[in-house]
Amino acid sequence: MATTLDAKIPTGPLEEKWQKHKNESKLVSPANKRKLDVIVVGSGLAGGSAAATLGELGYNVRCFCYQDSPRRAHSIAAQGGINAAKNYQNDGDSVYRLFYDTIKGGDFRSREGNVYRLAEVSVNIIDQCVAQGVPFAREYGGLLANRSFGGAQVSRTFYARGQTGQQLLLGAYQALSRQIAAGSVKMYPRTEMLELVVVEGQAKGIITRDLLTGKIQAHAGDTVVLASGGYGNAFYLSTNAKGCNVTAAYRAYKRGAFFANPCYTQIHPTCIPVAGSYQSKLTLMSESLRNDGRVWVPKQKGDKRPPDQIPEAERDYYLERKYPSYGNLAPRDIASRAAKEACDTGRGVGPGGLGVYLDFADAIKRFGEKTIRERYGNLFDMYHNITGENAYKAPMRIYPAVHYTMGGLWVDYNLMSNLPGLHVLGEANFSDHGANRLGASALMQGLADGYFVIPYTLGNYLATQMGKKVSVDRPEFKAAEQETRARIERFLSIRGKRTVADFHRELGLLLWEKCGMARDAAGLKEALQRIPELRQEFWEDVNVLGGGEEFNQALEYAGRVADFLEFAELMCLDALERDESCGGHFRVEYQTEDGEALRNDDDFCHVAAWQYAGPDSRPIRNVEPLIFENVKLAQRSYK
Amino acid sequence: MNFKLKVWRQKGPNVAGQFVDYEARDIPADASFLEMLDIVNEGLIKRNEDQIAFDSDCREGICGMCSLVINGIAHGPGKAKTSCQLYMRRFKDGDTIWVEPFRAITFPVVRDLCTNRSALDRMIEAGGYITARTGSAPEANSIPIGKVVADLAMEAAACIGCGACVAACPNSSAMLFVSAKVSHLGLLPQGQPERTSRVVSMVRKMDELGFGNCTNHYECEAVCPSEISASFISRLNRDYARAATRQAAVLV
Ligand SMILES: Cc1cc2nc3c(=O)[nH]c(=O)nc-3n(C[C@H](O)[C@H](O)[C@H](O)COP(=O)(O)OP(=O)(O)OC[C@H]3O[C@@H](n4cnc5c(N)ncnc54)[C@H](O)[C@@H]3O)c2cc1C
Ligand code: FES
Repeated sequence: MATTLDAKIPTGPLEEKWQKHKNESKLVSPANKRKLDVIVVGSGLAGGSAAATLGELGYNVRCFCYQDSPRRAHSIAAQGGINAAKNYQNDGDSVYRLFYDTIKGGDFRSREGNVYRLAEVSVNIIDQCVAQGVPFAREYGGLLANRSFGGAQVSRTFYARGQTGQQLLLGAYQALSRQIAAGSVKMYPRTEMLELVVVEGQAKGIITRDLLTGKIQAHAGDTVVLASGGYGNAFYLSTNAKGCNVTAAYRAYKRGAFFANPCYTQIHPTCIPVAGSYQSKLTLMSESLRNDGRVWVPKQKGDKRPPDQIPEAERDYYLERKYPSYGNLAPRDIASRAAKEACDTGRGVGPGGLGVYLDFADAIKRFGEKTIRERYGNLFDMYHNITGENAYKAPMRIYPAVHYTMGGLWVDYNLMSNLPGLHVLGEANFSDHGANRLGASALMQGLADGYFVIPYTLGNYLATQMGKKVSVDRPEFKAAEQETRARIERFLSIRGKRTVADFHRELGLLLWEKCGMARDAAGLKEALQRIPELRQEFWEDVNVLGGGEEFNQALEYAGRVADFLEFAELMCLDALERDESCGGHFRVEYQTEDGEALRNDDDFCHVAAWQYAGPDSRPIRNVEPLIFENVKLAQRSYK
Repeated sequence: MNFKLKVWRQKGPNVAGQFVDYEARDIPADASFLEMLDIVNEGLIKRNEDQIAFDSDCREGICGMCSLVINGIAHGPGKAKTSCQLYMRRFKDGDTIWVEPFRAITFPVVRDLCTNRSALDRMIEAGGYITARTGSAPEANSIPIGKVVADLAMEAAACIGCGACVAACPNSSAMLFVSAKVSHLGLLPQGQPERTSRVVSMVRKMDELGFGNCTNHYECEAVCPSEISASFISRLNRDYARAATRQAAVLV
């Protein structure tokens, strides 16, 4: 039976909700905090900041990551920047405007209460990071500098060269290191969570595998905080790090946590185009480049002339043409679709015609090469290194690629799942970006969740859990351990003919074609037919060598791909059931006359939260209605 | 392109390792070094042989996970890049390529090309941070920091913590790594209160963990993917000397 979910948004005026909620939240006394065990899975911006802060507050924290050091979490790769409503540029920014831009950018598919809180705490994040020593870019006078990002007409993005994620993560990692040294956090690097343990309806622990020794271990705690990142790697090729996975979130889903909006994936417009089947990942060229780069394709179909021989009049600066007020800074979903459309009409450039130009010639003329080098030097170097081409001389070639996932585990205003005791932060949850995330907002959300939200809201759950500790001797832990071991043995015993990567590539291509930038019912139905077949082939014919009780990268990979092979079905099902277009979810059947996403607010102004119903049953689609008290739903316009 | 590989294989931390020969065939020139290893590994799996273990994650030169010694050089030939950013077009068709893990006593091999570099984390835990309780921070623009200083701090902060500096140093010294953190935080006004204790604790931890001394070989700077300048080591030495006199003064 489908249920209607309650997000527990506090009542009252938008601007007062969070303060009111903080005032009314339950506190845990310092003496009791010491008795409470918090399990944090993930050491990225969300998990790292949460573990550090919760440790500092006096909880007993255990933090897990699969890399060899918490500092290497995927957040490290974020380039462009982090938004905050500081209004340092005096250009009309405000908490309300950041809130509104985020709601609109998400195509009116996110919660007002959550997004307003996000905009509100954004200013504290910058203060916190500066205090930790994050070397943000500054002006000559010594004050903080800003740049513009897509979907906004103000300059509110803070950055540290092209390495903003790295610097923010190092800030969180250093705070975490201080707690590790103080003994309040115990860190488990190279340790993967493979199962969530539920005791009497509450999330009470996890099962992990030590990646170095293969040891399976049960961990019991008073609550579990998941901050395991996004599932973009379901597509095989994406801008995510190789190890990014859905395993932690998907295992929680199979234990009863609802998975919200899995079809909302973000395809980033500015990535280096695919070059061949040997490729293991795609590389992002930061959106900040669109501040100075102009996107164009030849007007004429199949124009094979080199870019410098195509005269100005024969170029189509299609973003500037279609969206004059935002131009090259149109939001990501719109910019990506426009690039696809240009290529679909035969005007793409580069090998295979799957690329558009991002041209800096005008900016170089205007500001000089030195300034452009100062702003984007590392990105131009990266581009040169990968493609062997010099973007100071010829335009970059870019194409959209899978980048971020707005969908994730369902959480309420406290960031708690419908499964009590399970909290979900960062990209792993679904709460703030609706159907499309604006640039520089993921870093903001991860740090908001970890530094400023969970430390306040966790008490609401933990205050009810005093004296209810469970031990790993409980049958629920033994059973979950047993299942984990059995699964590993099953992988190792198949000894088929195909490699794990081979299956992953096939799945990725299928998702890209049927559930990528443009989707339709027929294609999604085909995918829903093919995925279970592919999964069956995997379990019959995959070849995973080596043993379970050793360092075995093939085995790690097999586990992740096996979960993608199940999860992919949920993505397609969600995309099929959502009979509308919104943000990154573009159903070809639903578009306006000029090809923009056509929402259906009457029937789909809600969150779809999927409930696992057993291996052979169709999952149940629950809904959370989205209620807009402050914002009027409108068709997004960036014209 | 085709290559002959000589790859270090070692089953675990406590067993002996050796170089094993492999052929890398039909490698696209635009493939990265790690993609070349992926292709070799897929071939191995098809022949039911254990794949070569190597670390990587971001594959864009920022996470510091990849850590190969290629033809005797940490992260391979070329300036300012990690192993994952090395592309096969850099080699000649038919080349023989030697691939090893980072070598240092403080980085024990865990399998094949993977090592345990947690000693780097231990040094940060010893003091590589600024104590700033969450929620207690003053307004960000209340302390202006001149662009020149901020930029220099950023140069030091750019360290990706891969440990190539240690692997390249004949003494397995971690001075470049420590000096980068000490300089990053010590240059900023926010880092002043703990400047003395930080440098002392980090250097002490470095010695305790068994990293060697710096005898000015500059191999670290040469292989650093983030181009961290060895001049930060001089800054570290100055800070350390200053700290020693201050601490002595406090003790008297
Ligand atoms: C190339 C790139 C550039 C980006 N640039 C920007 C930008 O400029 N601005 C912006 O706002 N956003 C940007 N983003 C998005 C942003 O970086 C991410 O959304 C954000 O960093 C996610 O943080 P997180 O803490 O939720 O997860 P992550 O940083 O992905 O961390 C996940 C953590 O979980 C751990 N983990 C995962 N699975 C398991 C498991 N099964 N067991 C144990 N541990 C596990 C990992 O080890 C890791 O520590 C970018 C993303 C990419 C790919
Ligand atoms: S894999 Fe991240 S730096 Fe090489």
